[in-house]
Amino acid sequence: MTMSMTESVTTTKKDWASDQEPRWCPGCGDYSILSAMQLLLPELGVERSRTVFVSGIGCSARFPYYMNTYGAHLIHGRAPAFATGLKLARPDLDVWVVSGDGDALSIGGNHLIHAMRRNVDITILMFNNEIYGLTKGQYSPTSELGKVTKSSPFGSLDTPFNPISLAIGAEATFVARTHDMDRKHMMEVFRRAHDHKGSAFVEIYQNCNVFNNGAFEQITGKEVRADNLIPLVHGQPIRFGQNGEKGVTVDRYGRLRIVDVAEVGEDALLVHDETIEDPSIAFALSRLARGPFEPTPIGIFRAVSKPDYGTMMADQIEKVRSQKGQGELAKLLRSSSTWTVD
Amino acid sequence: MSSTTTSEHESKVVDRAIIRFAGDSGDGMQLAGDRFTEASAFAGNDLATFPDYPAEIRAPAGTTAGVSAFQVQISDHDILTPGDAPNVLVAMNPAALKVNLHELPPGAVVVVNTDAFDQRNLTKAGYTSNPLDDGTLAQYKVYEVPITSLTLEACKPTGAKPRDAERSKNFFALGLLSWMYSRPIEVTLNWIDKRFGTDTLVGQANKLAFSAGYNFGETAELFEANYEVHAAHLPPGTYTTVSGNTALAWGIIAAGELAKRTVFLGSYPITPASDILHELSKHKEFGIKTLQAEDEIAGVGSALGAAYGGALGVTTTSGPGLDLKAETIGLAVSLELPLIVVDVQRAGPSTGMPTKTEQADLLEAMYGRHGEAQVPVVAAKSPGHCFWAAIEAARIALKYRTPVILLSDAYLANGSEPWRIPEMSELPDISVSNATEPNHTDNKGAKVFWPYVRDEATLARQWALPGTPGLEHRIGGLEKEDGSGHVSYDPVNHETMVRLRSAKIAGIVNDIPRLEVDDPSDPVSGGNGKAGEQSHADLLVLSWGSTYGSVLGAVRRVRARGHRVAHAHLVHLNPFPSNLGEILSAYPKVLVPEINLGQLAKLIRAEFLVDVRSFNKVQGIPLKVHEVEEAILSVISEEDAVVLGNGKSAKEEVPGEERAVR
Repeated sequence: MTMSMTESVTTTKKDWASDQEPRWCPGCGDYSILSAMQLLLPELGVERSRTVFVSGIGCSARFPYYMNTYGAHLIHGRAPAFATGLKLARPDLDVWVVSGDGDALSIGGNHLIHAMRRNVDITILMFNNEIYGLTKGQYSPTSELGKVTKSSPFGSLDTPFNPISLAIGAEATFVARTHDMDRKHMMEVFRRAHDHKGSAFVEIYQNCNVFNNGAFEQITGKEVRADNLIPLVHGQPIRFGQNGEKGVTVDRYGRLRIVDVAEVGEDALLVHDETIEDPSIAFALSRLARGPFEPTPIGIFRAVSKPDYGTMMADQIEKVRSQKGQGELAKLLRSSSTWTVD
Repeated sequence: MSSTTTSEHESKVVDRAIIRFAGDSGDGMQLAGDRFTEASAFAGNDLATFPDYPAEIRAPAGTTAGVSAFQVQISDHDILTPGDAPNVLVAMNPAALKVNLHELPPGAVVVVNTDAFDQRNLTKAGYTSNPLDDGTLAQYKVYEVPITSLTLEACKPTGAKPRDAERSKNFFALGLLSWMYSRPIEVTLNWIDKRFGTDTLVGQANKLAFSAGYNFGETAELFEANYEVHAAHLPPGTYTTVSGNTALAWGIIAAGELAKRTVFLGSYPITPASDILHELSKHKEFGIKTLQAEDEIAGVGSALGAAYGGALGVTTTSGPGLDLKAETIGLAVSLELPLIVVDVQRAGPSTGMPTKTEQADLLEAMYGRHGEAQVPVVAAKSPGHCFWAAIEAARIALKYRTPVILLSDAYLANGSEPWRIPEMSELPDISVSNATEPNHTDNKGAKVFWPYVRDEATLARQWALPGTPGLEHRIGGLEKEDGSGHVSYDPVNHETMVRLRSAKIAGIVNDIPRLEVDDPSDPVSGGNGKAGEQSHADLLVLSWGSTYGSVLGAVRRVRARGHRVAHAHLVHLNPFPSNLGEILSAYPKVLVPEINLGQLAKLIRAEFLVDVRSFNKVQGIPLKVHEVEEAILSVISEEDAVVLGNGKSAKEEVPGEERAVR
């Protein structure tokens, strides 16, 4: 999402906080996401009045109330549809959609995929905590198979969605993952998502310390992070580990493999290129980990340039106007055969 | 050939005629009907049309399921409906004859395409013997015309393959009917040139077939007479023929211009509303933004998002889509944002009969949301009136920051009538302004914007658009504190907000016209103004929506029989006009005819405790004038009705029926 702005505005984090006190549970990952956003926006130099946060239903959906911007807290799952209409009507606005795994992938799945394939110039943040928090602990469309919750006392039978795979499959032009334990990483990913022209999808691993505590602990914990998060850096070989001793290669069958760099040599590593039009490698990267319990890529999977929907719509209107001229109502009403009665 | 009869045929002048073209879905009957209508409009007739086609794109050829028909009534006087029963039926195949014959009165003319009456087609239509030979048509005036072979013969000079040439047979039929009713031919020939090009094979074939049909009528010894229907005396002005869906789309475009706002349409294709999406998508020169959404919910969701941004947000649908949009309409009630929801009603429940008409979504429009979620409801009454109803819906939505449900139906959507094109000066200014300044000082002395501060007169909230510096605020579907709009669970505040939202909608009553009663027996007003009190009418007939034409037609017929009957028609269903209660109580009996099981009747009973009678018919077709007429007569005759005339029964023909009687 980009804005047509003439000059940047100087603000501080405080300017972006509304007068409403956040009411998430103490220790919720949402606080650090809110903080990252309020720190980032001053850096972007954007105007509060041209910034809009919209959300559906869920814990994450309270986000707009805490931002001193324009905001709308809507109904379950429909925020991408609302945001689509808003952005198309008002291309001058920065439109952010804040959503959760239930809101975006379950009840709102249809709107999410269609907003992405149309490449509407909006930024979609999906807080993924792999649980329904607001309704107090049912399994979500990202909960793992066998998950025991109030609504699945004998284990969930639902195969979870992989949100990154879904976004890539839905033709999203910007797809990224970050997590609530790393403010700097979040800010960098949000910045890139904001600057992207077109639909940007960001999955944020977010800890729900009440109903699904530690869901991402195995990969985001301070002690284990280096060995379990695979940073994707554009133009760089994909490697990770305390000393970068692990890496990712493509084998003879086109499958991605995690390897010891010492064994294969650095030249054998896959070099990350987020700009490849063909989504195959990005998709393969999204499948590298089966879940947040083994080495998992984070960062920007895909950032490709494609005309955004609003620009195409504006161009089409301009084109028609240059051919037919500005519409005139009196002429329109007489555009079929007419006759006069005296 | 010329447009006036030159042969020895006798030419009879009739005051009106009802013609039905019927054939297979692939026979081009809708096109033939459209062209006949256009030529009649040029001849200056008043007219009304009723396209009646199956939901299937192409049911098996030759079967009764695939029959498509187009009925048009042309007249030298003001008419209101496409007519009850056709005077002429054109049947292009046995199935078309079978489906339509039962509606024909004895003595009606039947033109059949004999080429299609072979054993195969007879069997497909379910005929065990040929109706042309077995006496089935004994009471009709039957003209047997080999339309297919005559068309092939006529198109020979073009060199078109027989399979292609045969497709021009609808133009042969149109040519024949154009002769029969002395239609101007240039209108059709020019249209063919414009549509198909002067030199194309298909254009040539269509013109040859059309001319052949016309000449056949003139030269064949078959026909005893042709007919003339003189021009009607319509009010002065420039006219065009519009369908309800086109008029509604134009009304939305007009509303955008009059409100000085970009129109944003979010819509999902659905029969019979899709033509509105098509028409609006065509007119990008007005800056209209149309989104064919992924589903009905996204259609209304995107429209509401656009409205939040300051556009005129519109969504169009039919019953199944209205079900799906309910939650978002409730959100719009809570956000208090303007939104137009167009429901082109069709026969339900569920998928029902998608191409057939019904008025059974009224209660859904009124009540189909959880919580106390009142919305204004406006209903169009004729194809041309859809234009005005759309502007009215937009006016209310913008002024009161509320979703408005605009009801049309399949009959209005596809039917057409001559429509007087308004001058631009006749159109209302419906623009409203957005907030530009803070409206509250907070406890720290800072100037802020409170989104739920209301206008004292209208109770509409102040509406600030994103992009306005200093007015940043948050709104949402959670209950809001009165004024500030902050989330609030305070019990008393909730009731305050429920009552405020409700009072805002109820208050629109002060901003809509009083209901006019058409009551010639009222000596005080002659039917208008302070109605009812002095009336001698025995009965008030109250209607809404697309039954306007049939009901008024029936009322005129009953008056022609000497009865005193008043008629009122509702365009505003929520709130009702302020004087409705007064009117209802002024008449001894009230009859409400509807194409449902009595939905308006239920509302009237609940609201006014008036024991109204219902006349209900739910067959997916418009009410017939004679049915309503019989219903009126039966209510009148229940007790001592005053009969001024000769008290004829409804079955007898009354001269001048359907004409206004004053």
